[in-house]
Amino acid sequence: MDASLVQASSKLVSVEGIARKFPGLTVFEDVWFHVAPGEFVCLVGHSGCGKTTILNILAGLDTPSEGAVLVGGREIEGPSLDRAVIFQGHALMPWLTAAENVAFAVSCRHRDWPKHRVQDAARAALKRVGLDAAADRKPAQLSGGMKQRVGIARALAIEPKLMLMDEPFSALDALTRGSLQEEVSRLVTEAGQTAFMITHDVDEAILLADRILLMTNGPRARIAEVVVNTLPRPRERANLHHMTGYHPLRDHIMDFLITRSRTLAGNPPPGYDPRNPPTVRPAG
Amino acid sequence: MSAPVPFWRAALLSLALLAALLLGWEMAVKSGASSGPTVDPELAALLSPEAARGGQTAMPAPSQIGARLVELLADPFHQRGTNDQGIGIQIAYSLWRVAAGFGLAMLIAIPLGFVIGMSPLLNAALNPFIQVLRPVSPLAWMPLALYTIKDSSISSIFVIFICSVWPMLLNTAFGVASVRKEWLNVARTLQAGTWRTAFRVILPAAAPTILTGMRISIGIAWLVIVAAEMLVGGTGIGYWVWNQWNNLSIADIVIAILMIGLVGLALDRLLGLVARAVAWAE
Ligand SMILES: Nc1ncnc2c1ncn2[C@@H]1O[C@H](COP(=O)(O)OP(=O)(O)OP(=O)(O)O)[C@@H](O)[C@H]1O
Ligand SMILES: [Mg+2]
Repeated sequence: MDASLVQASSKLVSVEGIARKFPGLTVFEDVWFHVAPGEFVCLVGHSGCGKTTILNILAGLDTPSEGAVLVGGREIEGPSLDRAVIFQGHALMPWLTAAENVAFAVSCRHRDWPKHRVQDAARAALKRVGLDAAADRKPAQLSGGMKQRVGIARALAIEPKLMLMDEPFSALDALTRGSLQEEVSRLVTEAGQTAFMITHDVDEAILLADRILLMTNGPRARIAEVVVNTLPRPRERANLHHMTGYHPLRDHIMDFLITRSRTLAGNPPPGYDPRNPPTVRPAG
Repeated sequence: MSAPVPFWRAALLSLALLAALLLGWEMAVKSGASSGPTVDPELAALLSPEAARGGQTAMPAPSQIGARLVELLADPFHQRGTNDQGIGIQIAYSLWRVAAGFGLAMLIAIPLGFVIGMSPLLNAALNPFIQVLRPVSPLAWMPLALYTIKDSSISSIFVIFICSVWPMLLNTAFGVASVRKEWLNVARTLQAGTWRTAFRVILPAAAPTILTGMRISIGIAWLVIVAAEMLVGGTGIGYWVWNQWNNLSIADIVIAILMIGLVGLALDRLLGLVARAVAWAE
């Protein structure tokens, strides 16, 4: 079999040397990484290093100044229904009910479906996130956690190849965040969903991710390291910290965020190859 | 913060104020009736023969106005010749002109406002025209309209069009331009397409702002129609007021003022209901 074909099939998303420049500011450059099918990848880095910008480029809402993003082997041009986004601020339309918000997405995905079929699919998606009882309420009548659930249902309902999440739980209180993280973990593993998520929460990354990309501070930020999360699944938030390997993993990421994200910024170590940032397995 | 006032207490106070006003008015007119201000005979002669015959009091008492109101409302839609048509007919003429002018303005202002709101370039290009034309009194257009259109009724409709177009245009453009970026991004990631985005995202998002513009427009249109009809004559509540002034029927003028106020209120409430239907809360 052709070697390049094997490689292409092991990468759903391939980010190839992208940079984003604004006049007088290079936010990041020479960023290379990939996401394999069924994989959950988290991107961790300090505020302002360009995480949202990278996610927007993956979503097709922004274009890189250099480099390209391939999805399924083809360069992306603009947004696609194959890449759903769960926005940080839920981004529900307040004039529509929860069910109508989801139905809008379903009707965009399946333009030929009759109305009742769209509505059934919307309700089914809401049921998956445990919101069937609140389907007919407007976003203003939902709590922050419920709104974010509707956002998740909306993304799930279009059955995307890739789910993109920009700090989806950062605006929620700790309890709601915990239960939503477990829910997303369950939904994503059940469906074998490929996902890319930005987070500030190290435990969230350890709970959800297969691989964690560590980004240096900006400007001229890069992917400094790729941390492989070898903790076995299923993981549960409640006993995550009892798992062997959790502490070395967490310490490694914390060390990076506290010191190395700063010291490595604009000062790559000798032998650093942006196409192949060092891979580490702190959990053993 | 003060506690909310119960509705019935406010209503009771309103009624009391109204009663006091009417009573004071009635007493003032009655007490001054013998020596009170009568119409200057010379002015009356100038105005109309009917008034010259008079010697009637210029300012009628509320009771007289009430009696006249009953009389007018008993047969509001009569038509006996061009100069004797019921007050209902006159209001209907004015309403028709407002509806026609306002409807035309809507057909132009909302789509155009949509385009201006979506395109910063067009917004900047059209802004000078809008800024210059908007402060022009709609009545200033009247001579030009009469000259080009040569029909007084259509000219009034044009004047209504001109005065209602600006608030709707500006509010639509503003509402469309300030639709939240994240909703547009949702539509983009769902590949919703131009039309679906316009009608299912931008229009509902901007609808409350557009409705505010429409409410301002209908208020201005109803103000302007009275003046326009006074100018061009023929039919309509504005013409009717002017005609009653010529007849020196002050009671009829007071009634017309009341009617104009009530109809204006009804128009505003009507659009208020639509605004409620399209309002959304975050
Ligand atoms: N339109 C723009 N013009 C100029 N600079 C911009 C623009 N958009 C973003 N930036 C800059 O790009 C950098 C990265 O922004 P981005 O939103 O991607 O950061 P982030 O990593 O997501 O931060 P946070 O964790 O706070 O969300 C910031 O320094 C920001 O100032
Ligand atoms: Mg961000």
